[in-house]
Amino acid sequence: MNHKQTFGRLGEQRATEYLLECGWQILERNWSCKEGEADIIAVDPDKNALVVVEVKTRAGTGYGSPLESITYAKARRLRQLAAIYARQSKTFWPKLRVDAIGILWPKDGGSEIRHARGIEER
Amino acid sequence: MILSAWSVALQGISGHPVEVEAAEGGGLPRTQIVGLPDKALNEAKERVKAAVRACEYTWPDQLVTINLSPAGLPKAGTHYDLAIAVAALGTQGYISHSKAGRTVLLGELALDGRVRRVRGILPAMLAAVKAGFDRAIVPTGQQEEASLVPGITVEGAGTLTEVVKLVNGLTVDNPTEAAPPSEPPAVGRPAFVPDLADVVGHADGKFALEVAAAGRHHLFLHGPPGVGKTMLAARLPSILPDLDSDESVEVSALHSLAGHELTGLITRPPFADPHHSTTQVALVGGGSGELKPGAISLAHRGVLFLDECPDFGNKLDALRTPLENGWINVSRARMTARFPARFQLVLAANPCPCGKHGVQGMDCSCDSLKVRRYQERISGPILDRIDIKHQMAGINRVLLDVENVAPEPSAEVLSRVLEARERQRHRLRRTPWITNGEVAGPYLRKHLPLPEDLGVLNSALQRGAISARGVDKVLRLAWTLTDLAGADEITARELRAALQLRQGEQERAA
Repeated sequence: MNHKQTFGRLGEQRATEYLLECGWQILERNWSCKEGEADIIAVDPDKNALVVVEVKTRAGTGYGSPLESITYAKARRLRQLAAIYARQSKTFWPKLRVDAIGILWPKDGGSEIRHARGIEER
Repeated sequence: MILSAWSVALQGISGHPVEVEAAEGGGLPRTQIVGLPDKALNEAKERVKAAVRACEYTWPDQLVTINLSPAGLPKAGTHYDLAIAVAALGTQGYISHSKAGRTVLLGELALDGRVRRVRGILPAMLAAVKAGFDRAIVPTGQQEEASLVPGITVEGAGTLTEVVKLVNGLTVDNPTEAAPPSEPPAVGRPAFVPDLADVVGHADGKFALEVAAAGRHHLFLHGPPGVGKTMLAARLPSILPDLDSDESVEVSALHSLAGHELTGLITRPPFADPHHSTTQVALVGGGSGELKPGAISLAHRGVLFLDECPDFGNKLDALRTPLENGWINVSRARMTARFPARFQLVLAANPCPCGKHGVQGMDCSCDSLKVRRYQERISGPILDRIDIKHQMAGINRVLLDVENVAPEPSAEVLSRVLEARERQRHRLRRTPWITNGEVAGPYLRKHLPLPEDLGVLNSALQRGAISARGVDKVLRLAWTLTDLAGADEITARELRAALQLRQGEQERAA
């Protein structure tokens, strides 16, 4: 793994910890099927929803904020992954959702997390 | 917390205050503008975002919704940038909430955070004062124009940082010079006003011009090429009185709307002389998106001079309604604007394509059909609306006419015109009109004393030499001649002279 990938993994790890702190249940990490890959699949206990979480980690805002790089098309693809996962798991989820977690993690400081919910809705 | 900033939407010369609100929250970082923005305004979000970052403020890292209220009113133009920036910065806590409410913000932003000048500052200020605002922030360099409207404190800002300081109630000592607008400013009124003293001879022409100036009558100069039609017409503004204060504001607002840079109120009657290749939209106003005043509105309270008017073709007919009403409704699918257009029309034309038809001592080379075709290009309805038709004498006549005395300078003519205008103002003091040229026909016939002997007029009407409208036109002209003569009642002599001016006879009229 190159540095970029390691940094991404670190971010995903940080996001997982954050979600656990929020009381979420983590179902999968880096789950993939032939349609694509999801960073985190988790359950939001408040909404009883299956959530596909996309994590973006950046060291600075030179190329824009972490969340800005997620396009609407990407969010729609992730929504499909949620549906595929729900079908495969043979469990009923009253709600499927896509969230994004942006982590701003400068080399010399602590990480700053921004959690955007329901990004597949326009 | 939602903060509102205020700007102004312009619809023609009238404006409507627009509340700009910004809310952040939810979803991916994105900025959307709602409330019927046009293309230029929708692109404002990219400009504003870049300007905000250039000034080292942070743009909200969320979904930002910017609402322009009233949402049903179509909005166009780039002057909302400042209000959008302030509203967005309000969500980030850069703006103190108590200070933004009573301030109108006008200005475009450059990508580096400088404020760019915009057009229409003056009418926007008028609307802001009317809506009860007491403070405005405009691009530096446009404070003068904005301050022409009393009752509002105007502050200039050259960068977004300065705007934020001002909105928060701080003072900016040396505001940065604002960037010029990206579109070059239109050329304003020329400083040089030609004088009647330059015109040798043409005593009749000068008299016709004086009558036209005194009563604001429309004038048609007819004559061979090179005889001095254009020269004479260009000197009409020099014998017109200054605009009064209400007219000044109205005229200045129209010119501000057209993007002319104003350093003070326009106090002299404007002069517009569009080329005959002009489009109808440029002539009467319009345009896609934002409606702009046309040449007829830029000549409001002044002179619209159409040289070589047969070449304007049927564009001339668009002037018929504004000639009657004094304003024009420019209607498009999405909006309608009413622009004032009470202009004095001066037409100039050659008698035929070669220019020699009917001129003493010259042989016209055009066949009769060609002459008729040429003259028919000016429609009857337009000609009927012209008060004075003046046939300018050919060159041989002028040379004989040259007097030894020096030609009268404009100032002397102007003093007579002023006197005549004063008489009109006094007579029409209980009416909405100021000059003879604009008095409505029924009032003219019922409320003002008519001459005892209407014989000349009756026979002309019977012969079909003049129309019913023509009768009113002759009466108006007769009043102006009476005013110039310093008398109180029209006599048969003035009536005859008026008829001659109207019919375009070559003899000296009075």
